[in-house]
Parts: sequence; C-alpha cells; structure tokens
Amino acid sequence: MAGMITALILIPLFGAFAVCVWPHTNARPIALIFNAITATLVFMLWRNFDATATGLQMVERHVWIPAIGAEYLVGIDGLSLLLVLLTSIIIPFAFLVQRMDRGFCALMLVTQSALYGTFTAQNFVLWFLFYEMSLIPAFLLIKIWGGENRDRAATKFFLYTFLGSVAMLLSFLGIYFAKGTFDFAQLAGLGKQGLLSGNVAWLAFAGIFLGLAVKVPLFPFHTWLPDAYETAPVGVSMVLTGVLSKMGVYGFVRLLLPLFPNEIKILAPWLLGLAVCSIVFASLAAWAQSDLKRMVAYLSINHLGYCMLGLFVITATTVRPAVEMQAALSGVFMQIFNHGITAAALFYYVGLLEQRRGLRGINDFGGLMQRTPLLCGWMSVAMFSSLGLPGLNGFIGEFLIFKGSFAIAASFTAVAVIGLLVTAIVFARAMQALFSGPLTESCSAFPDLGRTEKVVVVPVTLLMLAIGLAPQFVFNIINTTVIQMTRLLS
Amino acid sequence: MKSALPWYALLLPLVSAGAITLFTHRLKTLSSLISVAAVLGSFLCSCLIFGQKGLSAPELKWIDFGTVFTVPFGFVLDDLSRMMLVLVSGIGALIHIYSLGYMRDDEGKSRYFAALSLFMFAMLGIVLANNFVMLFIFWELVAFTSYVLIGHWFERDAAADAANKAFFTNRIGDFGFMLGILLVWMSTGSVVFADIAPRLSILTSHPAFLTIAALLIFCGAVGKSAQFPLHVWLPDAMEGPTPISALIHAATMVAAGVYMLVRVGFIIQASPSALLVIAWIGTISALLAALIATQQNDIKRILAYSTISQLGYMMIAVGLASNEAAMFHLFTHAFFKALLFLGAGSIIIMLHHEQNIWKMGGLARHLPITFLTFVVGALALIGFPLFSGFFSKDTILALAYDHNMPIFVVALFTAFLTAFYILRLVVVVYFAKPRSDAARASDESPLVMTGPLIVLALLAWLGGYGFFARHFLAIPHEKELLLIVPVLAITAMILGAGLAIALYRNRTSEPIEVDLLRRLFYIDESYRWLIHWTQELLASISAFFDRWIIDASVVRGVSGGTWGIGALLRLIQMGNLQAYAFLFGLGIVALIYFAVFR
Repeated sequence: MAGMITALILIPLFGAFAVCVWPHTNARPIALIFNAITATLVFMLWRNFDATATGLQMVERHVWIPAIGAEYLVGIDGLSLLLVLLTSIIIPFAFLVQRMDRGFCALMLVTQSALYGTFTAQNFVLWFLFYEMSLIPAFLLIKIWGGENRDRAATKFFLYTFLGSVAMLLSFLGIYFAKGTFDFAQLAGLGKQGLLSGNVAWLAFAGIFLGLAVKVPLFPFHTWLPDAYETAPVGVSMVLTGVLSKMGVYGFVRLLLPLFPNEIKILAPWLLGLAVCSIVFASLAAWAQSDLKRMVAYLSINHLGYCMLGLFVITATTVRPAVEMQAALSGVFMQIFNHGITAAALFYYVGLLEQRRGLRGINDFGGLMQRTPLLCGWMSVAMFSSLGLPGLNGFIGEFLIFKGSFAIAASFTAVAVIGLLVTAIVFARAMQALFSGPLTESCSAFPDLGRTEKVVVVPVTLLMLAIGLAPQFVFNIINTTVIQMTRLLS
Repeated sequence: MKSALPWYALLLPLVSAGAITLFTHRLKTLSSLISVAAVLGSFLCSCLIFGQKGLSAPELKWIDFGTVFTVPFGFVLDDLSRMMLVLVSGIGALIHIYSLGYMRDDEGKSRYFAALSLFMFAMLGIVLANNFVMLFIFWELVAFTSYVLIGHWFERDAAADAANKAFFTNRIGDFGFMLGILLVWMSTGSVVFADIAPRLSILTSHPAFLTIAALLIFCGAVGKSAQFPLHVWLPDAMEGPTPISALIHAATMVAAGVYMLVRVGFIIQASPSALLVIAWIGTISALLAALIATQQNDIKRILAYSTISQLGYMMIAVGLASNEAAMFHLFTHAFFKALLFLGAGSIIIMLHHEQNIWKMGGLARHLPITFLTFVVGALALIGFPLFSGFFSKDTILALAYDHNMPIFVVALFTAFLTAFYILRLVVVVYFAKPRSDAARASDESPLVMTGPLIVLALLAWLGGYGFFARHFLAIPHEKELLLIVPVLAITAMILGAGLAIALYRNRTSEPIEVDLLRRLFYIDESYRWLIHWTQELLASISAFFDRWIIDASVVRGVSGGTWGIGALLRLIQMGNLQAYAFLFGLGIVALIYFAVFR
C-alpha cells in the first residue's frame, strides 16, 4: 500500500491542473470527478488501516533536504485518518453548494491537497509547507470571490494567520538548533524532559501557541474569523470552518501538547480561562448577531472552544486520572469531526437561504415552514446537532469533553456549560424567526429543496444521525491513538 | 430469562416515526394508523413484559473504550419500570386513539403522529434506561419532541414562543442534571444504576459533595416536572394540541422527573439536606400553582397549574423519602389528569377552539359523557373518598403529618385550594346557562374521543384499589394517624368545594379579582424582563465593539481614544444590573468549587 498517501496529496493537484487546462468552461464536474477518486482512495486507506496497531501506518519516508533534517515523511494514525476522512467529506460537499468558475475550482483543489498534506506530514518542515500552502488559496478565494468588504476581510485573515505562522516558524527554528530534529515523533519523546530551558522555552512556546491559537481560533485571537467567514463565498466558509480550523486543533494535539507539557501545566488556569471565554463569549456574541452567517461563524468559535477546553485539561494538573484524560481526548477528536460536518452543513443551509432570498438577516425570513417544509426540517436537524441534542452527532463529543474536563477542572467546566445553554437559545431563536409565525411576503415564492440539494442534504444528515446513534465506528478509528497519546502525556 | 420484548416495545414507535417521516408523510390517514398500530404493539409488549418477572433483555455497548469505560445500552426491568412501562404505553395508546378524532382534519397530521411516535420512543427509553447516559439522552429527546409538539401550530406566534420557552427552561434544568451525572460518574466510576449502588459509600463519605450531586440531579427534575422556579414553561405549553397536553404535559413526560428521582432514590436518600430541599420545592410549587389556578380563565391553563401543583405533591413524597407514595400518586394522577385534559379537549374541539371558561356554561346537558367523566376526574383530583386520588393524596399527607408538620399544613391548605379551583371550573363550565353561541350549539364528541374518556374514568375511579395499589401501598400507616389525616383532608376538601360552589353558582363573570395571582406572582414577567435585557445588553456590547474597533482604525489618535473611553464608561453605567447578575452567577459557581473541591 505504499504510495497511497502521496497519491492522495497529488491527485487534487493534478485535478487543479486539469481544471485549468481543460477547454470546457464548466469546471465543477471535473473537480468532482477528482474528488470521487480521492474519496475512493481514502476509503481504501480506511479499510487498510489497522485500528488496533499503535504508531504510524503506511509510512513513506524519503530523504529530502538532509542538511536541515527535512525529510519527506508521511503516515497516518487514528487522528490523521479521521481528519483525512473529514476533508474528503467536506470538500465535495463544498463543491456542490454553488456555481463556480475554473479558478475557484482550481484553488479549492489546491487547498484540498494542502489539507491532506497537513494531516499526514510527520516532519515539521513538510508539515509547515502544507500548512502555509493552504493559506494562499484561501486568501485568494476570499479576496476574489468574496462578498462585501472582501479586501478588508481577506487582508485581515491573511495578516493574522501569516503572522502566526511566522512566529511558529521562528519557534521551530529555535527548537531545531537546540535538538537537531524536525521529526514529530522524536520531538514528542523529548518533550517531557523539557525541550529547551529558561526563557528560550517560553519564547518558543509563545510562538507556536500564537500561530495555532490564531488558526483555531482561540479567544482573543478570533477577531479575523467573523469577517472572513461572513465575507467568504459559502463553499469557502464551509471549508474554512469544516477543515481549515481543524488544522489549528490538530497542531495543538500534534505539537504543542507533547512538546510543552510543563509550560502548559504552569499556564493551565489561564489557558483554561481562554478556552472558557471562547465558549461563553462566542455563544453570547452569536446570540447578538442578526446576520445568519456571522451567527454560525461565532458558534464555530464556541464549538472549537470545547476542543480547546478538552485539550488543555489533559495537561492541566498533576493529578489526572487516565480515564478522564481519555474521555476528554476522545471527546476532542469526536468534536473535531462532528463540528466539521455540522458547521459546514449549517453554512450550506445559510447559503441555500441566501440564494433564495438574496439576503441573510435573521429577520429577512419568516414562516418558512409553510412554504419550504423540507428545507426547514433538514436544516433544523443540523441546528439541533449543533446545539448538542443527544441522538445527533454534536452531543457525543461535547459530552465526553465535559466528562473528562469536569473531573479535572470542575469550575471551568461548570462555567463552560453555560455555552450549551446559550447555544440552545441562539438556535431556538433562529428557528423561530426563520421557520414559524406567519409567512413573510418576500419568502412566498421560495422553492423547496431541489433534486441536487436533496442529494447533498440526505447523506450528510444520515451521517449526523449515524454518529449520534452509534458512535462506536468513529471511536474505533481513534481509540488506539487516544490511548497512546494519553500514555505519552501522563 | 432473556427476551427481546423490551426492544420491540421500545423500537416499534421509533420505526413508526421513521416510516412516517420518510415514506407516508403525504398520506395522512395511513400515517396516523401506523402510529396507532405501533403504540398498540408497544402496549402489548409492555403487558407481556409486565406478566413475566425476572425478564432481562440483551444489552449493547453504546460507547466502548475497552477496559477504560463503557456506556451500555441496556434495560432495567424491575417492578418499577414494568409498571411504568404499562402506564406509559397504555395511556399513550388511549391518547393516540383519541388523537384520531381530535386531529382528524389537521393539516400537519402526519407530522403530529410522527412526533407522537417519537415521543413514545423517548419516553419508553427513559423508563427502561439502566444507566444515566442513556437516561439523559432520552430525557433530552423527550424535551425535543415536546418542543416540536408544543409548536405544532407553528404559524401562531404564541405556539412558537411557548415551544421555545419550554425548550430553554428544560435546558436550564438539564444543565444541572448533566453536571450531576458527571459528578456521580466521576466519583463512582460508573453510570449504570446497578453498579453505582454498591459503590455509594464513596459518595456518602463526602456529605457536602453528595448533597451537591443530588441537588444537581434534582435540577433536571425541576425542569422536566415544572417545579418552582422553572415551572413557567408548562402553562404556556398548553399552546400545543390538547391530546399532547394530556399525554406529555400531564400524564407522562412531566412525571418523568419524579420517576427519575425514584429511580436514583438510593443516591438522593443518602443526603438528608437534599431531601429537605426537594420536599420544600415540592411544597412551594404545590401551593404556588394551586393559588394561581384559582384565578385563571383558560380551561387548559387551570389544569396545567393543577398539574404543577400535583407534581409538587409527588415531590413532597420524594423529599420525604417515600418512593412508593410518589409513584402511587404519579399513577393515579396520570389517570385522572389525562382524563381531565381529554375532557377539556372534547369541549374545546366541540366549541371550535374556545378555551375561556366564561364563554362556556351549561355544557353538562350538551356533552353528557364528557361531563360525567370529567366529574369523575375532578373527584379523583380533589381526593373525594373512594376515588383514586383520595388514597394516593392521603398517603402523602399522612407521610407529611408524620415527618414534617409545616409541610403537612401547607399541603392541607393546597388540598383546600385544589377543591376550590376544580369545583370553580366544573361549576362555571358545566352549569348555569350557556354564555356563548358556540356553547349553545355544542354537541357530544364522537366515540373515538369519548371511548378513551370512559376507560380513563374507570381507571381514575378504581386506580386506588387492589391491583394498582398493591404495588405501592407498602407504607406503614400508624394507627392514630389513620383517622386524623383523612378527616382533616376531607374537611379541607368540603370547605374548598363548598366555597367554590357558593361563590360561582350562576355567575357570568369573575366575582373576585386578585391581581397578584392573575399575573402569576410576576414570575413570568420578571423572567421575560431578564432575558430581554440580557439580549439588549449583548446587542449593545456587540455594536459597541464593532463601532469602536472600526472607529479606532479610522479615527486615529486622541479623539478616537477619548470617545472610546467615554463610550466604555457609558456602557458600564448602562448595563450595571445585568453585569451584576452575571457576576453573581459566576460567583455561585466559584463558591461551589471552593466548598467542594478544595
């Protein structure tokens, strides 16, 4: 099975190339064909993945730039596979949302390739290359195809994330000069003794933390996000929230936690405080929004805040029962996956509403249940999933995170649960404004879900239900990795 | 003996809900018949399960982390759950049948029956759950179906508001419930009730911790069973179709809070202070709701407040550590309150959705079956001798007399109020002359609706005797109590009933107006005010941030800075009270933390 991961990274790039040179103007079908190929490949990857084996699988290692210890090293463990799966679900989903020209398609495919690379690379130099590679197409997509204020939003997005990346790069150079390796596995092994000493360690920590915190984003580094998500075309918003934001969380799991456990322990109350602020303030901010897209954007921050809470607790204190750590970490992985699907679906639905109405203010609609019952029904499934209704996917991750974090950091968790309450208010308010009451005149000619829309909506909703009702099949992917990581961190 | 029967009982309604949603939502009659068939199947399975002691069902692992922890999906089939299973599916079946008549011409009939089936699934899940996580999942699912059904007539703003209110309020309770579950899980390392019981000593060795866990779990019941201060959603939930009010908001879902407390009674009863809080919350709710009920004019709202009041009685029993008394009253209440609601529904549908009691009158002649069955329900509610409510309420009063005199006095006064408000209702609705055209032209409901009324009337009458009571009347009655409590209770009842008859006979409008009760002790208004101002505050903060950040980047220098500081100060002044309320909440959390975990 050698070469599968490399193929996975390259195929979307070929796709981008094909889209550009193909004489036909309708680029979307070509992009979708390439997505079908990658999806098949990812499925095979999943089938060949040994869920019980520890360590990396399907490793490909080649000498690249030996002078600086840069290797071409790719491989997957449970977490990588989960994110690769997520990418392969979200990207085609985003392609189906709207008409797009060939430049758009090509840039999306480049992003896809970069995402596969980021989630499989196991050497810092390679990882960083892919990490940055995703930034540029995202910036262009917002800047060229965005809505109102796109220049401002795109610049803000680029500056924030780019500055974060630079800080991260500098930190890693520092680590490399001290330890002479870029290999994730080796670095993780060294993390416990303390990679660096004194102020240098703190500087390195600060750099990496900043880069990742902006990417996730963690309060108070989040201010680029509502603008970017609001302005970006719907498909791009879906990818941004569904997968790109996961790069930050992935970085926390892969880099920050194993490399700087001592630093995190010292700063734990502050970091937990930031996570709780993300959860509570973002949900409150969502409550105050009248633009649906901005509302969903803020809720994205809120949901990723739960991930951050779960991650910080597992390194927070000295007394941490393994059970609770595992619960929290599994919860985080589950939340990564579920949030990707649910948030992307929510953006998709907002996009559908915007296509029909031309506007997306919460008060621009009313009484849609009478006109478009299908749209309302399926959309409310996504909303209930996002507010954490048991039986749907959103609940599982949040519940496990709370289980773990409540045992380790009870007071922070108790405050964080307020977020759940506010999220419920946000969605119930939105559903009431959009769906119930008398039918607004401006919505009286809305078509209900069309054929293509149903093709998109049904499988995604079934996936939400499947994970909500029988989550074990996802846990099977990540279990071994979770156990291995907890052992590493405890 | 292993048997798949519980699985069938649980899953049949789910299959029905799925089939209606996916396939038959266009065929309204077929949808309704599928739903009725499913609930009858469930009822049959429940009866079979009831007949066999020592049954067990195959168990699944819902979440499996190997040796670390597992969350099973399994059933508990003790006396308690088997009785409850029959009750839920039985009343559910009656109300499904009644709905065939009540919702006959409704546009959203398929949606209604799909949601009703989903509700049955969730409610049976609560009854059968053998662990906290499963219980919590079904618990939330029930709240969801309740939300959908309250908002069934979604084009009415009032229905959508009521649905939202119910959902939020329940969510507040569930927020505590979840933390309670996590506390128990964390300390005992298990969520399965049968595994927690032997490890209870871990909890009992930290009394403060145990009390907090018990009270957090109780939070869930406060929300679900509409107890003070989270009772506000239930009266508004009457915006839903009346069969829903009978099934969900009187007989089963709201009783789930009591059932849950009984199920985990072994945890709660280990903490005397938690018990005391529960008993008093029950007492306050019983009194408060009965007082409000005396001044309402909407027939369903009167019954809704009556439900809160009766659930308060059950909470008193739970708080006095008597599971038997609580469950006994839960059963009899389920019969007579479902009956009263369905009777009200029969009137409402025949009067073309008129709910104001002052526009009724003289209906005894027009709807004789409804009238007779309603009177049986009312007699059971006020605890008239030899009707079911007499036995169950007496058990609770005797318990209170024995253990806590102040609670007994309040409960007795509530019994007086109960007789007063329900007799007021009966007199105004059924006697004197009709006071509206709709009432003059009204006629008896069809058999599909009166049939369930008759069955429920028999149950409401006989529910206190032998077969039903045998399972619950395990409480030792002491000799001298036996006489004094019923005598006092009957006196209170006669006084209340007599006063109502004297006051309301041949009236055409309300003779006494008590503003405080009319306006529900200002509780709903103050909540609304709080939510409104929180939202206003958030909006202004958000607007402030937007403006300030944009302005700061455009208007550089001193002027921007001073403007910003000025605006900030203005904001602090404007939002003082809400900020305090928020900090107050944080403070409570911090206090709990320091009290327990340090």
